[in-house]
Amino acid sequence: MEQIKIIEIKKSVFAENDKDADALRQELKSRGVFLLNLMSAPGSGKTTTLIKTINLLKDMLRIAVMEADIDSDVDAVKIKEATGIQSIQLHTGGMCHLDAEMTRQGLDNLDLKDVDLVILENVGNLVCPAEFDTGSACNAMILSVPEGHDKPLKYPLMFSVCDLVVINKMDVAPYFDFDLDKCKEYIHMRNPKARVIPICAKTGEGVESFAEWLQKQVIDWKN
Amino acid sequence: MHELGIVFYIIRDVKQAAESNNVSKVSAVVMNIGEVSTVVPEYLTDCWRWAADKEPLLKGSELKIIPVPAVTHCQDCGKEYETVRYGKTCPYCSSGNTFLLQGNEIEIKEIEVPNN
Ligand SMILES: Nc1nc2c(ncn2[C@@H]2O[C@H](COP(=O)(O)OP(=O)(O)O)[C@@H](O)[C@H]2O)c(=O)[nH]1
Ligand SMILES: [Mg+2]
Ligand SMILES: [Zn+2]
Ligand SMILES: [Zn+2]
Repeated sequence: MEQIKIIEIKKSVFAENDKDADALRQELKSRGVFLLNLMSAPGSGKTTTLIKTINLLKDMLRIAVMEADIDSDVDAVKIKEATGIQSIQLHTGGMCHLDAEMTRQGLDNLDLKDVDLVILENVGNLVCPAEFDTGSACNAMILSVPEGHDKPLKYPLMFSVCDLVVINKMDVAPYFDFDLDKCKEYIHMRNPKARVIPICAKTGEGVESFAEWLQKQVIDWKN
Repeated sequence: MHELGIVFYIIRDVKQAAESNNVSKVSAVVMNIGEVSTVVPEYLTDCWRWAADKEPLLKGSELKIIPVPAVTHCQDCGKEYETVRYGKTCPYCSSGNTFLLQGNEIEIKEIEVPNN
């Protein structure tokens, strides 16, 4: 008769990734490279915001971008054309998030010798990217007005892992009954320390606040 | 694609555990899956069948799922309640000052190996 032996494991599937992410973060710290993990739902304005922000910062910081949002190189090409900086597309093969190992592979394809800041545009999704630490120094997300001011209540984990929430498409706020004060209140319920910056990426309004915040994070990281 | 991704992480961890325990065949993997873990158990077992059968170590092995109910604790009144039913707001005192006690697990509990 065949018998069964049981071997206890008791290990979260996130445990290995958390270790990889911590190792990557340490390594980037010692190389003086700041990695920003930018997340949002699809179409919230990540690429538009990045182009405006990079153009404000590129004379002061050496920047590179990794695009994971969709499985074509549209965004990577768009960023390269609009800003002139180093930009690559990561092919996620339909995966709903990036993990630390995939992020490391992406970084291996960049020339990091003279880079201060790498921005990762994560897969457009508010669930899974929040669960997988990429090894970034900082997490930020974009919430756009048409998604509604109660989004922080529906996706609590995403809001609790982000140091910064950018609220984009403020130009359309009147058409969507978007309540900025309520939105800030909900964000702070999930994460009391989160910084909130309202912008309009289309016109560039408010983008300089995001750029200033980012520049300060990079300088602090390198000191 | 979510569940398939998770299956690949499970396979990686099980392979690692098998190696450190000198195991060459696994007959079942037992998972604790939380009610609010974002994983759909039926999708997970479907993906498992497809991916595990490609691995000699795991060919034909079963993925057993133990569901873990989601429970939230209220820091203001100290009570516990069903997360899925009431969400972030405590049904006893209406406080939003609450946290998830259990229910987001995606955890490998144990593996079963033939003993012969
Ligand atoms: N009205 C308005 N539209 C915007 C704004 N920012 C981005 N968009 C539009 O939103 C769409 C998605 O933007 P994109 O940057 O590609 O989003 P991503 O998928 O998050 O990278 C595009 O059609 C943009 O032109 C904004 O501030 N206001
Ligand atoms: Mg994009
Ligand atoms: Zn996912
Ligand atoms: Zn209560």
